[in-house]
Amino acid sequence: MTSVSIGEAPPRQGPGRRLSTFLYRHPRVRLWALLALPGLWLGLVYIGSLIVLLLSAFWTTDSFTSELVHEFTLDNFRKIIETPVYRDVAVRTITMAAAVTVACAVLAFPLAYYMARIASVRTRNLLVVAVLMPLWASYLVKAYAWQVILSGQGVINWFLDPLGLAFDGRSNVGLWLVFTYLWLPYMVLPIYAGLERIPGSLLEASADLGGRSLRTFFRVTLPLVFPAVVAGSIFTFSLTLGDYIAPTLIASDQFIGTVIYREYGTALPIAAAYAMVPIAVIFGYLLVARKLKAFESI
Amino acid sequence: MTEPLVTRVLLRLGSAFTLGFLYFPLVVIGLYAFNGQVVQRWPIEEWSTRWFSVAFDNEGVRTALKNSVIVGLVATAIALVLGTLASMAIARFRFFGREVVTFAIILPIALPGIITGLALQATIKDVLGPWGVVFGLGTIVIGHATFCVVVVYNNVLARLRRTAGSLDEASADLGADSWQTFWFVMLPQMRTALLAGGLLAFALSFDEIIVTIFTSGAQQTLPIWMYSTLFRPSELPIVNVVALFVVVVSIVPVYFAQRLAGAEGITPTRTKQAASDA
Repeated sequence: MTSVSIGEAPPRQGPGRRLSTFLYRHPRVRLWALLALPGLWLGLVYIGSLIVLLLSAFWTTDSFTSELVHEFTLDNFRKIIETPVYRDVAVRTITMAAAVTVACAVLAFPLAYYMARIASVRTRNLLVVAVLMPLWASYLVKAYAWQVILSGQGVINWFLDPLGLAFDGRSNVGLWLVFTYLWLPYMVLPIYAGLERIPGSLLEASADLGGRSLRTFFRVTLPLVFPAVVAGSIFTFSLTLGDYIAPTLIASDQFIGTVIYREYGTALPIAAAYAMVPIAVIFGYLLVARKLKAFESI
Repeated sequence: MTEPLVTRVLLRLGSAFTLGFLYFPLVVIGLYAFNGQVVQRWPIEEWSTRWFSVAFDNEGVRTALKNSVIVGLVATAIALVLGTLASMAIARFRFFGREVVTFAIILPIALPGIITGLALQATIKDVLGPWGVVFGLGTIVIGHATFCVVVVYNNVLARLRRTAGSLDEASADLGADSWQTFWFVMLPQMRTALLAGGLLAFALSFDEIIVTIFTSGAQQTLPIWMYSTLFRPSELPIVNVVALFVVVVSIVPVYFAQRLAGAEGITPTRTKQAASDA
């Protein structure tokens, strides 16, 4: 007990030890050593690539060889602003993103409310995992599953057929349904977290002051949870804007993603310029979300 | 309970509907894997497991699976190293530009995949191409590692926040050098967080298609094989089997990650919290 084991482990000697001592005395160097690799990777590979993409938007392609020509021009931006097709596609995509966001919020709210305020702790934890599992299940499989379900001989039309109805799955309504499905968990989780943070005493106070349950909901709960809905909408909005697989599988109309995907092989500068549209919309959206204090509820 | 009975019944129904909606397509595609016919008609008239052996023997599936596993393992390894280093810097230091670093880590999954994909494709073709870099498994790994860093980072950062820095100092006081402290004190504390982050990074990489299409060249991963085969109706039964397999392979790691790190560890929406509290 007295000598513990101090004698058995003498301080190590050698370059490793000296380096360690040096790092211990110089926390700045230690910090730089930690940040060097991730910083290089993200800075060079990722941010660097984004800068290359941004620059590509100002270049042009040789009309015969489709090779990139590194000459500064604003023609690409002029083209996407002036060509009606590009404008229509952008408007259609942004409208879709908004519609998907609303549908996700409507579907997510009852479940999130049930999880946060009614379910027992055990059920609540089970439900959180139950919402997270489909989120991680393969994105492509989910989109493909819907293609099968919505097809003429699929499950949906099998249900509708006896009623004399038919649903055209290959449509924007079908795509709206699929996007809503794909991003729904991203909406459930922030709303659940937001509702869970509302102290029960506030709702009781509202009831004590004569607020009926509907009134309490609209005057107390909803305003308090609104930033969380905005937080969830960042995901539903951003993910819809950039998607090109689901539109290819489900819809026949063009969306921002499908246009970029179609153009990039032959006309990279146009694709790059068009990619600035979702980036600009998302950054604008993030700025608004920040004003609404949404970041605190993610 | 302030909610009246009617509200509670309605909430229960609404929740059941939303949950059913979340699992419905996964169940349907699971059933189609056992469809004996080539035609994708509902209801399934002939049940069979014969497509499982057909899928297993398919050369394209085997190559794609092998590629997916290789890419997943290498990307996960890179993400583990980069994510751990970054989380140690963010958790234990206050420095100028800290917010920029956290922002750069979450950006790859905050921006739409098509942007990341297009940016990498432009860079590889236009900037790295003249240096002899060609599209292949290597470039797929570069893309995957970039967006996998964030899941490792999140898990390890959450763990480091919960464990006190005083343990590291105690270790130093007792005569350990930085390497010994890392190996005997920090690593045992981070072990399950690293495992959870690694499992999630693998699941993320195994499923990824949007960025992969832009960086893959002629190589196929399993999702790319699936996507290119979707347009060949005669091979759809094999796609169904592969789809079921992919769902199981991506959900199982998530289940274990959740057991190791709690539901918080597998919640992607937490990523922005890391940015906001920087």
